[in-house]
Amino acid sequence: MTLRRSSGTALRRSSGTALRRGSGTALRQAQGPGGGQGSSRLAWLGRLWGLSTGRFGIVVVALIGVVALVARFWTPFDPQHVDIADRWAPPGWPHLLGTDGSGRDIVSLLMAGARTTVWVALGAGLVATLIGILLATLGALTARWIRESVAVLVDILIAFPVLLIAMMISSVAGGSLWVVILSVGIGFGVNVARVTRPELRRVLHSDFVLAGKASGLTPFQNLWRHLLPNVMPVFIVQLSWGMAVAVLAEAGLSYLGYGAPPTQPSWGLLLAELQSYISVHPLTVIWPGLSITLTVLGLNLLGDGLREATDPTLSRRGSEAEMHQPAVIA
Amino acid sequence: MIRYALTRGALLVLGLFVASALIFLTLRVLPGDVAQLIAGVNATPDQLAAIRERLGLDQPLLAQYLSWLGGIVTGDLGVSQLTGTPVIDELVEKAEVTIPLGLMAMAVAMVIALPLGVLSAMRRGRPDGTALSVGAQALAAVPVVWAGMMLVIVFAVWLGWLPAQGFPRGGWDQPGLALRSLLLPAITIGVIEGAMLLRFVRSATLQAVGQDYVRTAAAKGLTRNQALVRHGLPNMGLSIITVLGLQVAGIIVGAVVIEQLFGLPGIGRMLVADVGNRDLPKVQGELLVLTGFVLVVGFVVDLVHRVLDPRQREAG
Repeated sequence: MTLRRSSGTALRRSSGTALRRGSGTALRQAQGPGGGQGSSRLAWLGRLWGLSTGRFGIVVVALIGVVALVARFWTPFDPQHVDIADRWAPPGWPHLLGTDGSGRDIVSLLMAGARTTVWVALGAGLVATLIGILLATLGALTARWIRESVAVLVDILIAFPVLLIAMMISSVAGGSLWVVILSVGIGFGVNVARVTRPELRRVLHSDFVLAGKASGLTPFQNLWRHLLPNVMPVFIVQLSWGMAVAVLAEAGLSYLGYGAPPTQPSWGLLLAELQSYISVHPLTVIWPGLSITLTVLGLNLLGDGLREATDPTLSRRGSEAEMHQPAVIA
Repeated sequence: MIRYALTRGALLVLGLFVASALIFLTLRVLPGDVAQLIAGVNATPDQLAAIRERLGLDQPLLAQYLSWLGGIVTGDLGVSQLTGTPVIDELVEKAEVTIPLGLMAMAVAMVIALPLGVLSAMRRGRPDGTALSVGAQALAAVPVVWAGMMLVIVFAVWLGWLPAQGFPRGGWDQPGLALRSLLLPAITIGVIEGAMLLRFVRSATLQAVGQDYVRTAAAKGLTRNQALVRHGLPNMGLSIITVLGLQVAGIIVGAVVIEQLFGLPGIGRMLVADVGNRDLPKVQGELLVLTGFVLVVGFVVDLVHRVLDPRQREAG
C-alpha cells in the first residue's frame, strides 16, 4: 500500500509538472533536498494547484477573501439598513437572495459577514502561530525537564475543547470576537505545538542545523533561519485546519450570543436571528449556513492539499502524530 | 501493563489538577470583580464586602483554590450564586438529558461511519467510493447548528414526524416522548461527528489493506474482504477506539450548541445560561466536570488501547 501510494504521488507529480510548460523542469531540479528556497516554494504551490483538493481550497479561500475585501468598500445595500416595508422579500431583483425579517438585504449581510469571518480566521491563525511556535520551541529546544513539562502541559491542554475555553473566558470578560480569536488561538496553538514539536526535534539533528551551530549562529538565529523554515509545511497545514475551526467556532459562539455583537454582521448571528422564523421562511436559513460550510470546506481542503503537496514523508508522520498518543505518556 | 496504568493514571491526576487550576485562575484573575458582578453597579461597599465574605473571596487565592479542591474531592462543587442549589445536584439532574443525548449521538455516528467508512475505502477510486468520501468531507464542514436547523425544516416543519423543540416536562416519566424529543438532536450531532469518524475509518481501512499481513492472508487464498475482516479489523479497531475517545469532546461541544437550538434542558444549555448570568461558581463546577470527563475518557481509551494491542501489552 505504501509502495503503491508513493509511486502514485510520484506519477501524479511528474505528470503535473510535465503539463506546466517552460520552467517546469528547472523547478523540479531545484526541488531536490535543500534546493533553492525561492523556486521550491513555487514548486509546491504548483503541486498544490495540481491537486483537486488544493485547487478547490485555493479558489474558495481566495473567493471569500475577495468578497470580504470588496465588502470593506462596497455592498449592494447597507447591511444594517432596516426597511420594514420590504421585509421577507423573496429572492429576485434588486435583493438577489431576498431580505430578512427587518428588511435587510441578505446578500449584503453575507458579504459583510465574510469580513467578520476572515478577520476572526486571520486573528485566530496569528494567535495560534505565536502560541504554537512558542510552545513547540519550548517543548523541543530547552533543557530536558522544561521540555518534558511543556509536552505534558500540551497534552493536558489539548483536552480542553475550544468552545469551552471560549465559554470560560466569556463568563468573566463577556462575549466578543476577541474572545473567539483568543480561545481558538489558544486551543489550536496547542494543537499546532503538539504536531510541530516532534518535527522540530527531528530537524534538530539534521546536518544543516549542526552546520549552522558550528558556523556560530546563536540558537535563536538557528531557529529562525533553519529550524522554523523546515517545519513550515507541517505548520501551515495545521494553520489551515485551525482557521477552519475558527470559522466554525465564530459561527457557533455568535449563534449562542457570545461572539459577534448584535451590531456586527456575522453568519452565526444571522443564523440565530433567522432561527425563530424557520417554520415560516425556511429558505433564508440556507444562505448563511452554506457560506459557513463552503468556507470551512475550502480551508479544510486547502489544508489537505497542502499536506499532500508538501513533503509526503512529513505528512505521513504528521498523521501518525495525530492518531497516536505521544511518547511522553508511554 | 500495571506500570503503564500507574504512569497514565498519574498523568490523569496531574491533568485534572492543571485543569482545575486553569479554570480557577481564569475565572478569578481575569478582569472583573465577581462581587461587583453579583451585586450590580449600585451596590454599596458594605454589600460588596458582605458578598465577598459569603463567597470566601476575602481569603487568599491559594486558600480559596484549596477549599474548592477539598470540596470537589468530597463531591461538593459549590453552590449556584443565583439559586443557592448545589451545583452537583443540578448537574446530575441535567445529565439525564445530556448523557442519553451523547450516547445516542455516538451510536448514530458509529452506525454511519463504520460501514460507510470501510465501504468508501474498499470502493476507492470508483464513483460510489469517491462520492462517499467527498460527501463525508463536505458534511464534516457543516456547522452543527445549521445541520440542526435543516433537519428541523425537513423532519419537523415539512414532514411533521418529530418535535422541533423541547423536552417533556416529566422527563423520563414519559420515555417514549423523551426519546422522540432527543432523536432529532442526536441525529444532528451524530451525522456531523459520523462524517468525521468516517474519514478516520476510511484511512484506517486503507492503511490496513496495505499491511503485509493482509497481503499474506490474501496470498494464502483468502479473498481481500476475508483477509481484511479477519486480520485488518482488529488492527483498525485500535485506531478507531482512539478516535472515538477524541469524539467525546466533539459531542460535548455539539451538545452545548444543539441543546440550545432544540431547547433541551441539558448540561450544555445550563452552561450557556450560567455564562450569561455570570454565575461563576456554577460555571467553574460545570467546566471542571466537562473537561474532567474528557480527560477521564482519554485515560480509559488509552488503557483499553493498551489492553487490546498485544504488541503494547508485552512492552508494558
